[in-house]
Amino acid sequence: MNWLANLGAWVIEKIAATGRASQVLYGALVAVPRPIKNTPLVIRQMYVVGVQSLLIIVVSGLFIGMVMALQGYTILVDYGAEDSLGPMVALSLLRELGPVVTALLFAGRAGSALTAEIGLMKATEQLSSLEMMAIDPLRRVIAPRFWAGFICMPMLAVIFSAVGILGGHLVGVDWLGVDSGSYWSIMQSTVDFRADVLNGVIKSFVFAVIVTWIAVFKGYDCLPTSEGISKATTETVVHSSLTVLGLDFILTALMFGIE
Amino acid sequence: MDYLVEINNLTFKRGERVIYQDISMRIPKGKTTAIMGPSGIGKTTMLRLIGGQLKPDSGDILFAGNSIPSMNRHQLYKTRRDMSMLFQSGALFTELTVFDNVAYPLREHTKLSESLIRTIVLLKLQAVGLRGAAQLMPSELSGGMARRAALARAIALDPQLIMYDEPFAGQDPISMGVLVKLIKTLNDALNLTSIVVTHDVDEVMSIADYIYIVADKKVIGEGSPEQIRNSDSELVQQFLQGQADGPVPFHFPAESFKQQLLSGGKS
Amino acid sequence: MNSRKIELVVGFFVALAIAAVLMLAFNVANKGITGEGETYDLYAKFDNIGGLKVRSAVKVGGVTVGRVTSIKLDDKDFTPVVTLTIAKQYTNFPETSSVSILTSGLLGEQYVGLQPGFSFDGIEPLKEGDFIEDTKSALVLEDLIGQFLFSKSKD
Repeated sequence: MNWLANLGAWVIEKIAATGRASQVLYGALVAVPRPIKNTPLVIRQMYVVGVQSLLIIVVSGLFIGMVMALQGYTILVDYGAEDSLGPMVALSLLRELGPVVTALLFAGRAGSALTAEIGLMKATEQLSSLEMMAIDPLRRVIAPRFWAGFICMPMLAVIFSAVGILGGHLVGVDWLGVDSGSYWSIMQSTVDFRADVLNGVIKSFVFAVIVTWIAVFKGYDCLPTSEGISKATTETVVHSSLTVLGLDFILTALMFGIE
Repeated sequence: MDYLVEINNLTFKRGERVIYQDISMRIPKGKTTAIMGPSGIGKTTMLRLIGGQLKPDSGDILFAGNSIPSMNRHQLYKTRRDMSMLFQSGALFTELTVFDNVAYPLREHTKLSESLIRTIVLLKLQAVGLRGAAQLMPSELSGGMARRAALARAIALDPQLIMYDEPFAGQDPISMGVLVKLIKTLNDALNLTSIVVTHDVDEVMSIADYIYIVADKKVIGEGSPEQIRNSDSELVQQFLQGQADGPVPFHFPAESFKQQLLSGGKS
Repeated sequence: MNSRKIELVVGFFVALAIAAVLMLAFNVANKGITGEGETYDLYAKFDNIGGLKVRSAVKVGGVTVGRVTSIKLDDKDFTPVVTLTIAKQYTNFPETSSVSILTSGLLGEQYVGLQPGFSFDGIEPLKEGDFIEDTKSALVLEDLIGQFLFSKSKD
């Protein structure tokens, strides 16, 4: 009977956490009607979560594009289809790797930092102190971070894809000798702006909501101790990575699977 | 006498654990009131209850005659502009300078011009003796200076009530003396009402007008410092003298030592 | 770091993202046809569409002029009806034009090849909603092999 009670307690805790997370999201979302006061805060956070993640995104995008060109070439060349390297690299990046890898890197780089920062603000009573100053911490602390993440991640994802395609060009065309003209032209005739590029961006927006939401919630909800913060930071990375990968399958099935 | 805060028959529980049982207190206006008691009995919780961050299970808290627990969010936020709280850690915003920290509530809640804000901030910093540290970051301040900077921020909006959460904890004798002096002078100069939560007996005896001693979910002694000192309650005397054992036992409640040793490995 | 500098760096970041989108739009994807811009629809019935898919290209002499936007089965005569969405800039194909399903390379993708017919007096250009009468079905490898074997055995 004990395990049944444990199961029940676990389910109740999960539902309660979902409720608290929804409250945080709601509090952050209703903060929109104050754009003038919030814009500088959002810009500041865009610097923290966006610009500071740029390097890791660009470097990863470049290398992933290069690796894909290398791997793709060795397979395609057996079928004499190395001209299809362009669309292979572009489609994998735009549909899958761009949004997904960006989300995973973002969770590790920016999401964990958000959780730790908010958790530390909670531990040092900065959040309580805001509340006592009659300033809603959801509005002042959570909302700008949430919006910055929401805006930045799709931007990072398109930069990732673009850099990856250039990286594929570097390896495929400059090193392995695929014709530059066919790299671009077959890519252009295969890739559709709405179906591939826009769908990838939509995915990225969904992941942005998930990762940023989990990150700010874990920080806001953590136990204000050193163990609590470190646990929350780990949970942010684990939960958002798993959610992104699971959700990616559903989104892919909806967008590309059934025709 | 005029009371700014009245706590009536308040009961507060954390889960199953009862923190306060049917407790009542009155905080006189314009005076310094101290709430003392052993660690871990929820003195900070009392401040959070007054600030409306926690809701009592029963009973009422009146601030200037208005019930805090029954306020909606909007009213509560409005009321909080009249009170401020000095947190134990200072709770300065780490990404802002001392100046911007003090200016923060002014910029959020008023539409004053930047030059006027500058004047007010410098005045407040002058009052706590940190005008020279205006451009430092909180990480560059010592613990005592951080608390003084936080005090300047707490009085930026000229509140009616200021709550000090353990203002003397972990301070060296000099900063302690500075803080004692500041609390006293600010209270007199600005006609504030102060609530000081602490367990530093000597310091608080020198500045408090009225003292509540809280232990075991209720008030065990109250009165002026003189009355408290002459109290015949054993518990109050143990607390004032700092005796290791007494009505508050040295040992955390446990089964008898002998029994535990004999019971073997099952801790 | 002061706020002016932060704004500058964030501005650079946004500009970079916009540049990436533009690159994806113009260099990587074929914007224009079926994406944005005005189009008109033509229909064609085939006996067999082979491996033709939605979003396959419609080409005239190798130039992509449109895309296949839907493939349905006519519920009366059970033949596939393919909708060809053509960009507005390519109009005035005569009624006598023919379409065939072709393959790029030996194992490549299949596409619809549009062969413009001769236009002389009395021949109207194709308009929105018209059916192209003259169609050639896809070559199905199995049929081809079957035919080859059949003609061999006759020898």
